[in-house]
Amino acid sequence: MAERRTRDVKPFLGKWALVAVPYLWSLLFFLAPFLIIFKISLSETAIAMPPYTPVIAGVSDLWTKLSDFTFDNYVFLTEDPLYYSAYLSSLRIALVSTVLLLIVGYPIAYGMARAPKSLRNALVMAVILPFWTSFLIRVYAWIGILKPEGLLTIALQGLGILGPNEQVHIYNTEIAVFIGIVYSYLPFMVLPLYAALEKLDATLLEAAADLGCPPTKSFWVITFPLSLPGVIAGCFLCFIPIVGEFVIPDLLGGSETLMIGKTLWAEFFNNRDWPVSSAVAVVLLIILVVPIVIFQNQQKKA
Amino acid sequence: MTKMVRQRLLGAAALTVALATGAVAQDKVVNVYNWSDYVDESVLQEFTKETGIKVVYDVFDNQDIVETKMLAGGSGYDVVVVTGPFLARQIAAGVYQPLDKSKLPNLSNMWPEVTSRVAEYDPGNQYGVDYMWGTTGIGYNVEKIKAIMPDAPVNSWDMVFKPEIVSKFKDCGVQFLDASEELIPAALKYLGKNPDSKNAADMEEAGKLLASVKPYVQKFHSSEYINALANGDICLAVGYSGDILQARNRAAEAKNGVTIQYVIPKEGANMWFDIMAIPKDAPNPDAAHAFINFMMKPDVIAKSSNYVAYANGNLASQKFIDPAILSDVSIYPDQETLANLFSTTPYDAKAQRVLTRVWTSVKTGM
Repeated sequence: MAERRTRDVKPFLGKWALVAVPYLWSLLFFLAPFLIIFKISLSETAIAMPPYTPVIAGVSDLWTKLSDFTFDNYVFLTEDPLYYSAYLSSLRIALVSTVLLLIVGYPIAYGMARAPKSLRNALVMAVILPFWTSFLIRVYAWIGILKPEGLLTIALQGLGILGPNEQVHIYNTEIAVFIGIVYSYLPFMVLPLYAALEKLDATLLEAAADLGCPPTKSFWVITFPLSLPGVIAGCFLCFIPIVGEFVIPDLLGGSETLMIGKTLWAEFFNNRDWPVSSAVAVVLLIILVVPIVIFQNQQKKA
Repeated sequence: MTKMVRQRLLGAAALTVALATGAVAQDKVVNVYNWSDYVDESVLQEFTKETGIKVVYDVFDNQDIVETKMLAGGSGYDVVVVTGPFLARQIAAGVYQPLDKSKLPNLSNMWPEVTSRVAEYDPGNQYGVDYMWGTTGIGYNVEKIKAIMPDAPVNSWDMVFKPEIVSKFKDCGVQFLDASEELIPAALKYLGKNPDSKNAADMEEAGKLLASVKPYVQKFHSSEYINALANGDICLAVGYSGDILQARNRAAEAKNGVTIQYVIPKEGANMWFDIMAIPKDAPNPDAAHAFINFMMKPDVIAKSSNYVAYANGNLASQKFIDPAILSDVSIYPDQETLANLFSTTPYDAKAQRVLTRVWTSVKTGM
């Protein structure tokens, strides 16, 4: 009996140990920080170290100070149209960028997947290669290209498209933000698409062609639906971080480019209001997580 | 390489040095946190040579980040350089430790005029020693402004706050500091109000003035204008005195045909003080005192002033300062100008929220 039990328990434990690792990871690096931020979002600012009150010293302390917690910061977010507009503008910029990324990324991934096998690894390498340079330096390089006296102006003047006194005014506008985002996130779109397209069984397309299906139709009927998991993965990988993007709009955008990342920065650093900035962050998380969960549930049903 | 990248790299380098020297005896290191482009680095080497204490030097270009680090605690810095109102608020939050003046014999070199003004932020000068001081005014490209508007009122805030004037310079480029605590007081002064007003209606009126010239401002940024002015990318900036003078020197060194001039507008400008202080949780307080004392040596601080083109709060150092700098009224203003300069006090949480909100609405139109 005893022998049999150990035999049963061992693989059971092994399986759980394996599953526990990602859960533990999420618990430690996602749930715990989230709870801390959520707790701060229910506090009030104070001139102190750290700059909010109440500060909880232990579990027993938590119960005595529970009454000090307040949802005022969340109410405050609804009172000023600034936050609403910043969320909306971030979502709009992320949506437009993701669509642009898909339009630019799909042909690249398609071309890579259709390239001769010997070339494919080199092409994947080429997509990853820019990562070897610091992200910040690459964004700075765009400043050099897009600024009024920059390379783009010089090139267009050289080609005679612009007169000698005309300049390109893209830098410090939203267009520059889109250029910067599409450039920076392109690998995150291309790689999942490539992974999906590469697995595609070419014989399906041959069969379609044999049966008289024109290439454009077979693309929309066969290739695109089969690459859908890659499209979804790529869109999520890009959309989510773009919503919270701070560096690119800060460097390439103008002062009027309103994004939630910049609003969060102003709350945290300029106002030193950790509670309100935590509330902004919690709302941002909800905005991003809820649609993803709904989407996943629907995927499961389907 | 652009400034911000350089700073990040510097920061990374400083961190590496800090990690690498972690094993060295504790008192042999001093971790200093100061504004970027704000010291003659040979001074730091001299300090190490004289005391055997290694300097780990880290820089910032945004005080809000400094304050956030300080309030979070455990920053690991021994000496931090912050501006008056920030110092006052951080002292109230309990960030700093009182100075041990027995370890600072060079305090006798300080300039009473500056020390007494600093005492407004740090009553009794218990926590800090002035490092440099300066003003927030206007920098401009002499040739370009002259070509566009020969009779431009270059010595007045009209240059940047009067829409019909500043609009003329839109195409050649105008930048403002991204610092609400500088621009709002300047706008209040221009409107004839108390520049230190914490009244919401006053701040909103200043915001309206700034919003009226916003269409002509290419960017609000706190360090980009140095290179932009020097390279001729922009022709007008509201910025810190020494930064604009550094732009002037860089342009002169590059011989690119750009001449930069700094003016303190006649209506009056903000006079600010950058003050060295020691955090309560500084790992090496003795080294920190030694560093502050060293920076009060007349020849040392004069060397730094000569390099960065900012005035310092050290009276004894003035005989070592380059006569061209000492006689430059845009650096060491004369009595008449000095009387016109104003200072600001810290904003409480409520006033700060109004200030930031007004500033956001100036920048985004929201």
